[in-house]
Amino acid sequence: MWSEDCLDRPFGPAWNPLYHLGGLGFFYYWVVAVSGIYVYIFFDTGLSEAYESVEYLTHDQWYLGGVMRSLHRYASDGMVVMMLLHMLREFALDRHRGSRWFTWVTGMPILWLVIICGITGYWLVWDMLAQYVAIGTTEWLDWLPIFGESIARNFLSPELLDDRFFTLMVFLHIAVPLILLLVLWIHLQRVTNPEYFPARGLALGSLLMLLVLSLIWPALSQAPADLARVPTELGIDWYYLAVYPLVDEWGAGTGWLVAFLGSLLLVVLPWLPPLRGGGAAVVNLENCNGCTRCAVDCPYAAIVMAPRSDGRPFEREAVVNTKLCVECGLCAGACPTATPFRRAKALAPGIDLADRPLAEVRRQVEAASAGLTGQRRVLLFGCDRSVPVEQLPLAEVAAVRLPCIGALPPSFIDYVLSRNLADGVFLSGCNSGDCHNRFGVHWTQERLAGTRDPHLRARVSRERIGQLWVSARERRRLQDAVQIFQDGLPTDPEDTPPPTREKAEEAL
Amino acid sequence: MSTALRYLGQGFVYAAFALILGYFASLPTYTHFPPDQALIKLSLAHGADRKGGCRRRSQEELRKLAPNMRRPMDCPRQRLPVLIELEIDGSLLYRDSLPPTGLAGDGPSQVYQRFAVAPGRHAVVARLRDSDRRDGFDYEHSEQIELAAGQSLAIDFRSEMGGFILRR
Repeated sequence: MWSEDCLDRPFGPAWNPLYHLGGLGFFYYWVVAVSGIYVYIFFDTGLSEAYESVEYLTHDQWYLGGVMRSLHRYASDGMVVMMLLHMLREFALDRHRGSRWFTWVTGMPILWLVIICGITGYWLVWDMLAQYVAIGTTEWLDWLPIFGESIARNFLSPELLDDRFFTLMVFLHIAVPLILLLVLWIHLQRVTNPEYFPARGLALGSLLMLLVLSLIWPALSQAPADLARVPTELGIDWYYLAVYPLVDEWGAGTGWLVAFLGSLLLVVLPWLPPLRGGGAAVVNLENCNGCTRCAVDCPYAAIVMAPRSDGRPFEREAVVNTKLCVECGLCAGACPTATPFRRAKALAPGIDLADRPLAEVRRQVEAASAGLTGQRRVLLFGCDRSVPVEQLPLAEVAAVRLPCIGALPPSFIDYVLSRNLADGVFLSGCNSGDCHNRFGVHWTQERLAGTRDPHLRARVSRERIGQLWVSARERRRLQDAVQIFQDGLPTDPEDTPPPTREKAEEAL
Repeated sequence: MSTALRYLGQGFVYAAFALILGYFASLPTYTHFPPDQALIKLSLAHGADRKGGCRRRSQEELRKLAPNMRRPMDCPRQRLPVLIELEIDGSLLYRDSLPPTGLAGDGPSQVYQRFAVAPGRHAVVARLRDSDRRDGFDYEHSEQIELAAGQSLAIDFRSEMGGFILRR
């Protein structure tokens, strides 16, 4: 997306905040937790003491308590922003349908719980905003026919309210974030290697930003709550409390209806319309030796290793849970038996995609390269989610598209070059910080670098391999990079090697 | 892009985000209630009399009941509706017959209403009927009140405290 490309320039893919929204959300959660613990030490749960204790922190102890209070507020707000952007982005990039529905749907209670955390937090300050929130919430809740007596009546006058009420609010304000943590854990159950913490530089930058903001624009209380007065003009935290003016305007019943229908719509969104997959990964036991590489590389925990069922002399075998499989093919790319050099029998790796098997990829590679002529023939591999490589108007370049670049076993590169099907191989895929299938680019880079199985064989000339990771919008950039790579390919193997990827990017 | 430019760009993005974060954390302000008005809340929860009086069960009826259910008095659970009226400066602001709550209709009748009024001196009259009488009211309260702008006055009802209570 355009916004991501813009942020890629100053941050780079490793620190681009849009690629780490979930991790940033978690980071803000911990900032909220730590600052909240500090604020709680000084918080007094009394009707008048609550406001006074927060005022003491804000003014008398501004250098630490005030900063902690501001950090608590701004990190909470940041958490809402990260959460909403995360949701919006996953939706826009179509990462909420199919097997990913579980992660999407379990995100909905997180949304509600975070909002409840914020509401209970604002309530505790017991200023005019807290009074507005307390009365608004109870009036809203009273609309539901579940309470014997109106709970808004507790706020008719000061003498009807007692200190125990604050104890209840403190309990909720601590218990709900703990429940939130549990739901976050559930939310990540179908994701392997989730990002619990963003890149260190990004975390430091975010913390510094929050600190500066807290010092320049400290969070302040409004006038102390007074039930004998009506809150009139209020400085509202729109991240958490935007619903209150809407309920004031629409009425409680419409407010509930909108909240219910909105939540329902978000929950059913993964099935509007349902994602029709071509076929999950299938295990071919004849070639599976239970090496576990596919299970380790699967980004969505769709493969587990089970005891051997066919009596062959291996301990385990891969088993695919088709309900979790997103059909990315990373497992096939990781399979050591997925080698195109096999000729004795049909190419049938231990694990493969049902509708896009590697035998078909090999056939496409051979067919594409057969049409290539000249002395700088390039075979360009791309993925479904990045630039459509077959549409690039490049001479002497043949393109093969895969569901994900991580689905390409490194042996295919060896095969192309050693069989002289092309003079160079260029790999492209999603931006390196933002692979649609999470680890496709990362695993490919590691396989090429020899730090992840299966390695690309040492005999393959790295100078004949180019790579560029771009978003689907960066068609021109990829085209230029391939052109430069192609121009740099030696016409004779003994000639000077072609420029490296860094040099090609530098030239751009 | 040079490293210095990159850090400058990052600083710009962080500053923009901080500005958005800080601004919407308290601005723009929201006017919940007109500052030149006062508020009267009519809120009460009161159970009216039972519909119909209690009746003594006959020995025959008691014999038919399980031993633990043999209560001599048979009292209907359902309550009557509560009729309530609120008058300000001689004009009727609110009048409603509030049905009892609960599945069996044996809970208290409830009302929670907000009225914005001009600040100043007002004559408030509140009336409530909780019996099966046809005319008139069982409780009535009249009072001259002085309301300032932004003030909130709650009109509550507690029969054990004699009827209406004005909470300022």
